Amino acid sequence: MDPTFKIHGLSAFYGAKEVLKGININILPNSVTAIIGPSGCGKSTFIRSLNRINDLILNFHTAGKVFYHNQDIYAKDVDVFDLRRRIGMVFQKPNPFPKSIYDNIAYGLRIHDFTTREMIDEIVQKSLKKAALWDEVKDSLKQNALTLSGGQQQRLCIARTLAIEPEVILFDEPCSALDPISTAKIEELIHQLKQNYTIIIVTHNMQQAARVSDYAGFFLLGELIEFDKTEVIFKAPKDKRTEDYITGRFG
Amino acid sequence: MLLKRKFILKTKEILIERLLFFCSLLSVVTTLGIILVLLFETLDFFKEVPVWQFLTDTQWTPLFVNKHFGILPLLCGTFLTTLIAISVAIPVGLASAVYLSEYASLKIRNIVKPLMEILAAVPTVVYGYFALLFVTPLLRKIIPDLSGFNSLSSGIVMGIMIIPLISSLSEDAMRAVPMGLREGAYAVGSNRLQVALRIVLPAALSGIIAASILAISRAIGETMIVAIAAGQQPRLTLNPLVPIQTITAYIVQISLGDTPHGTLEYRTIFACGMSLFIMTFILNIFSFKLKRRFQEIYE
Ligand SMILES: Nc1ncnc2c1ncn2[C@@H]1O[C@H](COP(=O)(O)OP(=O)(O)O)[C@@H](O)[C@H]1O
Ligand SMILES: [Mg+2]
Repeated sequence: MDPTFKIHGLSAFYGAKEVLKGININILPNSVTAIIGPSGCGKSTFIRSLNRINDLILNFHTAGKVFYHNQDIYAKDVDVFDLRRRIGMVFQKPNPFPKSIYDNIAYGLRIHDFTTREMIDEIVQKSLKKAALWDEVKDSLKQNALTLSGGQQQRLCIARTLAIEPEVILFDEPCSALDPISTAKIEELIHQLKQNYTIIIVTHNMQQAARVSDYAGFFLLGELIEFDKTEVIFKAPKDKRTEDYITGRFG
Repeated sequence: MLLKRKFILKTKEILIERLLFFCSLLSVVTTLGIILVLLFETLDFFKEVPVWQFLTDTQWTPLFVNKHFGILPLLCGTFLTTLIAISVAIPVGLASAVYLSEYASLKIRNIVKPLMEILAAVPTVVYGYFALLFVTPLLRKIIPDLSGFNSLSSGIVMGIMIIPLISSLSEDAMRAVPMGLREGAYAVGSNRLQVALRIVLPAALSGIIAASILAISRAIGETMIVAIAAGQQPRLTLNPLVPIQTITAYIVQISLGDTPHGTLEYRTIFACGMSLFIMTFILNIFSFKLKRRFQEIYE
């Protein structure tokens, strides 16, 4: 199968500080890839480099190549706004807009010229259903999204991402601010989404990585130590450092 | 020995505290004093002129033989210049805030912001003569009917004067919008303008409204520019091309003139001052409340 991402020697810098060192990975379509590693090892920087959201940070720059369907996303002629539309992202801290639940989802549609009211209504409903939030909010679509619980807010952010039909969804520790029940809901969701999307999820929760992912990469101090099928990483890691980390000997 | 030193230290501390307390008390007492004087003189004024007449009479001629004490013409002048000022200041100030908060690089911001502060530090009398001697002649080339004194150029210059106020307060409000919101918007493919106008601006709205109200209150109270460039003719008109008089400009006129103290004519300025005070006070409270509400959302 043709990889969705082919990442060749990706390095990333904040000013002069190199926080990713020559990462090489292929990400396969319709799979879940987990990125694990101790905090500060560059997991967020890595996935934030894949939709160029880190361009917003002053002093951030990259070296190496990230091919998304054979298109180098850091090439000069890339339309970065369109790129981000196709590579959705859900963040660590739920970040719904301070607007109504409905408008949170409609926003992404309106800026991409879905203009008819019926069309937006339909997609809002469809996305909320896919994000397993519809039953909880269907009677309060006009309510401000900030009144929802943390878990609901995060599912709203997922719905907002699904609405514009990306091909890839990047999750940066999507459950780290949530309770176990919300976490279970979101894991279940990720499991279903992989049928139609390519998913990359950063997590510091080993069990979560083992539960949801097909492939896993272990990062340490900005380097990719090991990348393999999840079961290999967890049952028979080849690198001593990976083994130490997943058995909880450090990190 | 040690005990004694301790005692001296403690006395010193108490003295310093008292002194600081006294200083803050001074400003409170002064404010109270001003309000009280304003209140008593205003009450005296209304013993002779019924409040109803003050609020509804359409003429303001306290210095003429045929005296009228209707504040409406002055209020109208204030309203007109304020309206013109904020029509200039709000769009330009907001655009500048959007630019500084969402577009400008750190380098540009570090140049523009101090420049703005200089604009805010220019004495208003300079702005007044700028309006009278530069803007009015300039506008006259386009609008030949424009009088030498008029509300248009005073309003425009007053607007320029309050641009930094609106820009800087609105920029603060926009900066307080969490980065996570912008990231969320960029992540669904927004461009910069969409993030600025559809996400950041609405999220900062109450802060921006608070800034605008403060600016309005500043425009209402502005004195030098209108006293110099808007004229001295109380007139119930919305025509920006003719001389008018604002409440503040009237107060200046009487204060600098030879109207004897203690007369009814003299007391008009306290009634006018009270009206101004009430207006700006209400606006400031409003702005303060909005600002607090805004802070509550994100903290
Ligand atoms: N905006 C930034 N500016 C400078 N350094 C940063 C910034 N964000 C992250 N870093 C640094 O980069 C390294 C990797 O951070 P990050 O990618 O957030 O790691 P992780 O997500 O694995 O915890 C850390 O050392 C962190 O301090
Ligand atoms: Mg992180």
